[in-house]
Amino acid sequence: MTTQHIRVTVNGELREADVEPRLLLVHLLRDVFGLTGTHIGCDTSNCGACTVHVDGESAKSCTMLAVQANGTEIKTIEGMADGAALHPLQQAFWDQHGLQCGFCTPGMIMQAAWLLGQNPKPTDDEVREGISGNLCRCTGYVNIVKAIQQAAGQLSASESAPVVAAETTEPATAG
Amino acid sequence: MTTETQLATTPEVGGMGHSVKRKEDPRFIRGAGKYIDDLVLPGMLWMDIVRSPYAHATIKGIDTSAALKVPGVLAVIVGADLEKAGLHWMPTLAGDKQMVLPTRTVMYQAQEVAAVVATSRYAAADGVAAVEVDYAPLPVVVDPMKALEKDAPILRPDRAADKQTNRIWHWESGDRAAADAALKDAEVTVSEDIYIPRIHVASIETCGCIADWDAVRGQMTLHMTSQAPHAIRTVLALVSGLPEQNIRVKTYDIGGGFGGKVPVYPGYVLAVVASLTVGKPVKWIEDRSENLQADSFARDYHIHAELGATKAGKITGLKVRTIADHGYSDAAADPTKFPAGLFNVITGSYDFDSAFVEVDGVYTNKPPGGVAYRCSFRVTEAVHAIERMVDILAHEIGKDPAQLRLDNFIQPGQFPYKSPTGWEYDSGNYPAALKMAMELIDYAGLRKEQLEKRARGELMGIGISSFTEIVGAGPSHEFDILGLKMFDSCEIRVHPTGKVLARIGVQTQGQGHETTFAQIIAEELGFPVGDIKIEYGDTDTAPYGLGTYASRSTPVAGAATAIAARKIRDKARKLAAHLLEANEDDLEWTNGKFSVKGSPDRFKTIQEIAFAAYTNHPQGMEAGLEAVDYYDPPNLTFPFGSYIAVVDIDKGTGQVKVRRFVAVDDCGNIINPMIVDGQIHGGLTMGLAPSLYEEITYDENGNNLAGTFMDYLLPTAVETPAWEVAKTTTPSPHHPLGAKGVGESATVGSPPAIANAVVDALWHLGVRNIDIPISPHKVWKILHDKGIS
Amino acid sequence: MIPAQFDYVRPADLAAALKILKEREGEAKILSGGYSLLPLMKLRLAQPELLVDLRDVKGLDGIRETDDEIRIGARTTHRRIHDDSVANDRPLLADVAGGIGDPQVRNWGTIGGSVAHADPASDWPAVLLAVKATIVCRSSTGERTIAAREFFLDTFTTAIEPTEVLTEIRLPRRVRGAGGAYTKLERKVGDFATVGVATIVRLAPDGTINSSGIGITGVADTPFAATDAEKVLDGQKPSDDLFRKAGEAAAAMSRPVGDVRGPADYKRAMTAEMTLRSLRKAVERALAYA
Repeated sequence: MTTQHIRVTVNGELREADVEPRLLLVHLLRDVFGLTGTHIGCDTSNCGACTVHVDGESAKSCTMLAVQANGTEIKTIEGMADGAALHPLQQAFWDQHGLQCGFCTPGMIMQAAWLLGQNPKPTDDEVREGISGNLCRCTGYVNIVKAIQQAAGQLSASESAPVVAAETTEPATAG
Repeated sequence: MTTETQLATTPEVGGMGHSVKRKEDPRFIRGAGKYIDDLVLPGMLWMDIVRSPYAHATIKGIDTSAALKVPGVLAVIVGADLEKAGLHWMPTLAGDKQMVLPTRTVMYQAQEVAAVVATSRYAAADGVAAVEVDYAPLPVVVDPMKALEKDAPILRPDRAADKQTNRIWHWESGDRAAADAALKDAEVTVSEDIYIPRIHVASIETCGCIADWDAVRGQMTLHMTSQAPHAIRTVLALVSGLPEQNIRVKTYDIGGGFGGKVPVYPGYVLAVVASLTVGKPVKWIEDRSENLQADSFARDYHIHAELGATKAGKITGLKVRTIADHGYSDAAADPTKFPAGLFNVITGSYDFDSAFVEVDGVYTNKPPGGVAYRCSFRVTEAVHAIERMVDILAHEIGKDPAQLRLDNFIQPGQFPYKSPTGWEYDSGNYPAALKMAMELIDYAGLRKEQLEKRARGELMGIGISSFTEIVGAGPSHEFDILGLKMFDSCEIRVHPTGKVLARIGVQTQGQGHETTFAQIIAEELGFPVGDIKIEYGDTDTAPYGLGTYASRSTPVAGAATAIAARKIRDKARKLAAHLLEANEDDLEWTNGKFSVKGSPDRFKTIQEIAFAAYTNHPQGMEAGLEAVDYYDPPNLTFPFGSYIAVVDIDKGTGQVKVRRFVAVDDCGNIINPMIVDGQIHGGLTMGLAPSLYEEITYDENGNNLAGTFMDYLLPTAVETPAWEVAKTTTPSPHHPLGAKGVGESATVGSPPAIANAVVDALWHLGVRNIDIPISPHKVWKILHDKGIS
Repeated sequence: MIPAQFDYVRPADLAAALKILKEREGEAKILSGGYSLLPLMKLRLAQPELLVDLRDVKGLDGIRETDDEIRIGARTTHRRIHDDSVANDRPLLADVAGGIGDPQVRNWGTIGGSVAHADPASDWPAVLLAVKATIVCRSSTGERTIAAREFFLDTFTTAIEPTEVLTEIRLPRRVRGAGGAYTKLERKVGDFATVGVATIVRLAPDGTINSSGIGITGVADTPFAATDAEKVLDGQKPSDDLFRKAGEAAAAMSRPVGDVRGPADYKRAMTAEMTLRSLRKAVERALAYA
């Protein structure tokens, strides 16, 4: 089992490792570098939970070898906040309840960040197309779209899901 | 309650009704959540599993020699190893048993056959690839009807001599004679065969664990993805013989459960055995393919339903017979008395007297399970059937489906309502929900549009689902899982500086318990949510509970939390009386403080009272300020709603597009409206999925044809409509907060709305039923056969 | 999801890559974007002994225009082709490049990798067949061009030799009066095609169809050119009726297999339907580009 020496810049920091050629980039990030914010949700490159940025392009890190990423700049979810200051997307996902179990969230935020870099004022349909490689089981995507639109400056933080004035029925017996 | 939402607390306190931003989010948005695969323990080893390619086969031999030579592989565990310790079979949560590892025969494709323990994730995978298993294939049974035929191979020869059949059990509910009579006398009867196929919940995080045996302390710690950690601990104690006080189950952040993380999978047990054997922590994390192909499924109900009514459409009787395909073992986590779950809620939202339901569970060569997909113990199946039948009836007699429902609804004045299968519905206002949905979607306008489109040959459909859910299992006189009663719990401790720690017996997997349970306490005691910490999932510290599934957290643990908080408030009153030198009866409680009636400037805040509990309690009173409650619900709760879907069908391709979907839900009093809406958005999407996209199918050799995300089609944001949601509020009269639970309502209620819409679009062509998933080729075939394109 | 072990090299230039392919013939596999190959390797359905990563080889990506051709470097990503096609009013290419997989796949997957992999339901081959593209391959002994219609031989099998690297794909430039469309039927966004039909039509001044090209994927062992359907269109005036006849001819050439995407008769009917829709759109675009 021969290993190769690789150098990558992760969230601005130069990191090095000796890796087998077959080591997946996502395992380099999680198991070797301890950056467990990037998640694995499938084995056929469908779910997008592993999305990171490689040289500025969003990529599914489960479908890339660490050796392929040698010499690149990688950004993960851990690199989105600026110290204590959240990235607008992180803030927006929180404001708009764009996450529930949180497992798809890092990949979703990374993909959204790339999307807004390409298309700063997307329509809702363009947002949905833009995250079509990221699966979520919890949210039904409604609030994710809102979160991305908030980060794009197209929705204010105070606007949340429509709540129609509710009708209330008196209970038959007192509760 | 009035027609306006009255919030009893300020936004800063954040009690019931406030859309408090979630307290758990800061770690998730930073990628600092702690999911099981994020955990690394010193000396940890990895385990991977060899799985059978065959659905039914004899194992002639297992050669582990090559695997043991793979660098990094330390051990390979096979069935014979477990047999020595009597661990090769284990009980299921339904009281059946299933193999941990086979010694003779494999029973489903992807069944666990051996476990490889290695020093790295990659070495374990190489070890698995190197294990050689010699199989002799056997005839495969994938059709449950064929499984019941006389000459079918007996799949479970291990059962008692008088149970040598593929029929697992037979279960009945209601009155057969009354239903038969009602149908015989009915002026109109409609009957239909409805098949609800097998699906898989596929939460984005798969299942996994780290089993950590500390031989020095005699302590087994099982870190795992589990929706019911206490039950797992007790089952593990009973099965392994390890003393229960020395077993600790710990859960962390769970990336979605939806029922898929309730069962005890062989992988967990194998990790425990591996750790006991090698004396080191052993991690097992399954791949997505393993998850889809071997873990607990949902549905697979073959339903035959007959509905009787008057000519005018008043329902008089219902008879249902179901064959339930359970795979090779009944591992559905159903309560003991309910092997078909709460399927007999199938009389639905409608008022009639005569109903009979019978279900036969059947073994086939497929993975075991049955209730893992956000389904409230088979309520999805029940609701689908009744809502389809009601729609068929409406179309058959030419009555508008909304009007038929309004004519048959149980009326608000009839609650509590005793259904013909024995459930007592707590409260409901079905007409209000349906009328609201009709108004929001402009139902009359849609029907008009439909007529115009039909005249032009365009296919447009409108489908309604007016469902009644049944959740919050459950009262101890009826409900238990493996004997464990289905109470739930909350323990609250108030610190001197007025901060709160509360532990609950349920287990969030994204439902926001750290926020909502704090909101309950904020409501009852006036502490701001920011001052309340919620813990769960560590069986050493959390009070015993049966976990989170079947939408039971708010109805049961939420009630326990409210009651425990009220116990604290009772003691707080005594402390306040002591501090204010007043009579307890002269005090009133508002906004987090006790004040003297008539002298509002004489008060003590709950924070001051908390401090006093440790520094200035009256003589004779116990110090401290804490309480625990184990809540035995007096009844289930019955959330409900009306959903309306509009679909357009592409005649050329058969593709169905959901143009609009309005969901009106009623889950009683709401803790956090934003979180409830999120649950509904997600639930609707998990209803859309099996309606149009998802299905686990097997060929005649038992090969799983949808075993990866390439072919098991989860909807993306592109397939998912922009859901429109609204509410009515009909509190539960028996729940301390008037709340009912909502986690699964939308998954339960939405598939029939979509199916009804498609059939509505095609009824005039002679179509009565289409089974979900309504894939384009199914629709195309119907149109093609009728010469339409 | 863990691949078997393999060796990995990243040659500095094309000559070095070709040398390795020659020396390790049969053992080596080229790695471009990796989005076709790596998923197979993770399931251990492919177990090459050596991966030759073209990442450092210069000159293999980019889009150049000559007088009559668009020349796309093999390592050009689907996304780059999409963005370039939108900017340069090449809607047929934009259709196909914008519909492959999902955004992340399009960021890294390359046209050369995809075409060389030749999945019988992949999208690019349909377009290359429709427009009669040529595929350029280099070996250590020289360069050759292969007509797209002679390139896709069998399932996952192309005319590329194991010692060759696909370096460039050349498509005819769009001319006035020509329009094309790629119409793909998929079970959900990003899926492989249940059937995908690429059509290109060129209209004569009198409005009849001067020439056409139809490439179809998903409904045979390999993507194919629907030459019978092209004959139906020749010299005819565009109409839905004509397109329907062409669709029937295309469907008659298909050899679909019933599977999770639907039964064979459905796929055959959809071949006809997608051909009809693709032609409608192609003609619309041709008329708009007079």
